[in-house]
Amino acid sequence: MGYEKLINCMRCGMCLPHCPTYKETFLETASPRGRVALVRKFQEGDLEGSERFLDYLSLCLDCQACASACPCGVNAGELVAEFKCEKKDRDGLSFMEELVLHWLLPHPDRLEAAAYPLKLYQRSGLQKVVRKLGLLKMFPPRLSRMEGLLPHLPAQPLRRTLQEVTPAQGEERGTVGFFLGCVMSLVFSEASFATVQLLSALGYRVITPKAQKCCGAPNMLASDRAGMEEMARFNVELFSSYDLDFIVTDCGGCGAELKKYGHHLEDDGQAAVFSAKVRDISQVLVEGAALLGQRLRPLPYRVTYHDPCHIAHCQGIRNEPRQLLRMVPGLDYRELDDADACCGSAGTYNIERPEMADRVLLRKIDTIRKTGADYLVTSNPGCLLQLKQALAKTEPQVRVIHLTELLQASING
Amino acid sequence: MEQSFVNDLQKIVGEQFTLSDKESLAVYGYDSTPELESLPGAVVLPGTTGEVARVMSLCHGAGICVTPRGSGTNLSGGSLSAGGVVLQTSRMNRIMEIDEENLTATVETGVITSALHRDVEARGLFYPPDPGSMNISTMGGNVAENSGGLRGLKYGVTSDYVMGLTTILPNGELLKTGGKAVKNVAGYNLNDLLVSSEGTLGIFTGVMVRLIPKPQAKKTMLVHFPELEQAALTVSHIIAARIIPATLEFLDKVTIRCVEDYAKVGLPLDVEAVLLIEVDGHPAMVQDDAAAIRAICEKHRCSFFQTAATADEALKLATARRVALSALARVKPTTILEDATVPRSCIAPMVKLIQETARKYDLTIGTFGHAGDGNLHPTCLTDERDKDEISRAHQAFAEIFDAAIAMGGTITGEHGVGLAKKKYLPKLVGETGIRVMRNIKGAFDPKGILNPGKII
Repeated sequence: MGYEKLINCMRCGMCLPHCPTYKETFLETASPRGRVALVRKFQEGDLEGSERFLDYLSLCLDCQACASACPCGVNAGELVAEFKCEKKDRDGLSFMEELVLHWLLPHPDRLEAAAYPLKLYQRSGLQKVVRKLGLLKMFPPRLSRMEGLLPHLPAQPLRRTLQEVTPAQGEERGTVGFFLGCVMSLVFSEASFATVQLLSALGYRVITPKAQKCCGAPNMLASDRAGMEEMARFNVELFSSYDLDFIVTDCGGCGAELKKYGHHLEDDGQAAVFSAKVRDISQVLVEGAALLGQRLRPLPYRVTYHDPCHIAHCQGIRNEPRQLLRMVPGLDYRELDDADACCGSAGTYNIERPEMADRVLLRKIDTIRKTGADYLVTSNPGCLLQLKQALAKTEPQVRVIHLTELLQASING
Repeated sequence: MEQSFVNDLQKIVGEQFTLSDKESLAVYGYDSTPELESLPGAVVLPGTTGEVARVMSLCHGAGICVTPRGSGTNLSGGSLSAGGVVLQTSRMNRIMEIDEENLTATVETGVITSALHRDVEARGLFYPPDPGSMNISTMGGNVAENSGGLRGLKYGVTSDYVMGLTTILPNGELLKTGGKAVKNVAGYNLNDLLVSSEGTLGIFTGVMVRLIPKPQAKKTMLVHFPELEQAALTVSHIIAARIIPATLEFLDKVTIRCVEDYAKVGLPLDVEAVLLIEVDGHPAMVQDDAAAIRAICEKHRCSFFQTAATADEALKLATARRVALSALARVKPTTILEDATVPRSCIAPMVKLIQETARKYDLTIGTFGHAGDGNLHPTCLTDERDKDEISRAHQAFAEIFDAAIAMGGTITGEHGVGLAKKKYLPKLVGETGIRVMRNIKGAFDPKGILNPGKII
């Protein structure tokens, strides 16, 4: 890893008030500044990579709020992730990681088949029985937590039902490729369908290449760089075979990863071209704001917006979603306090570090409650899963919805 | 540190809040001061005044030194340990009372400065000190360092607002000083003695500050000057015209170039200085002051003058100043940020001297800062691995501090002496000054266990 990047930290502490784990603990080891120092001291030979050392580093949510706050442009989250990747390169993947990351994720068919038993579990009424009888208490804690996070799965993943080409409505503005995220397709198919409809309504011909694979973000969460690169190469080649103006995604996590392909695959010129074309859906919709504005009809909701880390911190997109929400007539938009603070989902963090994830989540729920909103809008599947589940328990009056679903609802009137 | 002593600490503050593992100690070995590091033997995070007192009394008995620390943003090495216990105050972070009749706020020591700002401003009140680190600095740390900020010219610094302190002395005793009475001349003014004591006399656990009404209106102006002297004269002449702006900030041409490279805010590269000026108060007065300031700037041949019409525009105008440190810090890995301060009338000669010294030692030094109160931030952009350049930087700063003293200024306007400026202090205060300070230290801390090695 670049020692250069580590010594750029001037230890000013500007990251501290933005770090969710520092705010919870006040511990320097749980701060971005501390993590950079730990990795630096490891590289300088002052510290060994002990269990405790790794435990401190893995408390990082990798929300990258620190990167947004850093005066020197240091990205502590990314440095920690890089460190873990290098370690994983030496240690190798576990059997489960190998199974999920290399056998399941690269093949959408297998992934969809794997989701099938879950669907059966829900549809057969078994889930109701399990929950009612309190059988979850008999599960290991990790599994019971995962069961709690299970969303209601749509009948068909969007990848199965969506046409490869969706024609533009009205005058054609251009052609975009739609990168359909795994979780969006499997769980939030309605939101992604709304995304395609919006693009088409704005005059874009939408191509959704069916062979596309996972973006590789889950591999990076497991510090599996090789796996990510394989997906990246495949996706770059696939999308490059079409003549596209943009590559659009409505998943914050995918967008952040896709925009890094050029950086990850330095030897591949096509990857840089691919990354330069990637847009979050909000960026494309804002460009077509005039046309979109004519179609929006009043919605009488009180709405607030949660910035997904992968949109605000990793992609620097903050204004576009707000601008779009403010365009909806009748909408009472209320700004959320610390809107760009992590919700605690953070990939698989809420399963790996449940205690800290819950503390971070609790803060988020408090700020949402204070807005008095009846709709919480966000645009990343991790946040949607996490906040849906949590709000259903304590604030059932708040509905959680993807940005494009809300906009489509406004068009439908 | 011996495990039995760590166990005793654990009994007071709890296991969770006592750290002695290698990794934790490693990251408590620094604060924001470049180059300096020193590992503590243990770290504690007490949650109450009582716990602080018991930790102090335990350490006093055992003869183990203690260094107080807030968020660790000190720029003079003041929160670096001397091998003993680091006592972090962050958990004591409640705002206890905002008294709207007496216009005071009472807070625990670990309250973040900007959190207090938010709370009092929501009630139409104002706590002016706004150090650059206010989003993370603690109130206790601000008092210990007597922090300043951008609003110093009109509103003064932390010491102008401290009304009362709750302090744990090195032997664990509790000392309460000051209170809500505006007039109070009973005995030595211990409040003022404790402010800027840099954690060497006692550990604050409670702070009571004075509040003032929030100004009703504000106007922001950005001005470019092709000549440095004219910018400096403008500063003096604004004050001479009996106008006290809330903010009167300055950027020199090295800083301007770095800001433009980094943020592309549209600053021309051929200007020698940029001033950011803010006036606040009654709307009518703000209007008059802004007009008068414009006339003064034009008289001094400014090449550009813009007044913000809206709050958004004001934010935009302030961007150059706001990103100055970021822009400079990104140029090279190591950033040495100093705070040499001179009387306002010496701004131009001081900036010139800094520029000449940078040339002489072949260094990049950008200067920005609080022109209105003479508090400049010459910022050396360097690389700690380049030992030769680092040593030239130290020589250059030694000359800059000498010049500041010769102009009737000081070696530090707001960062404190700590370890980094210790060797320059005798030049400024003389032998007698040092002896009096030693005696004061001895009166509070005869065993010398509280933040030893700092200031004197």
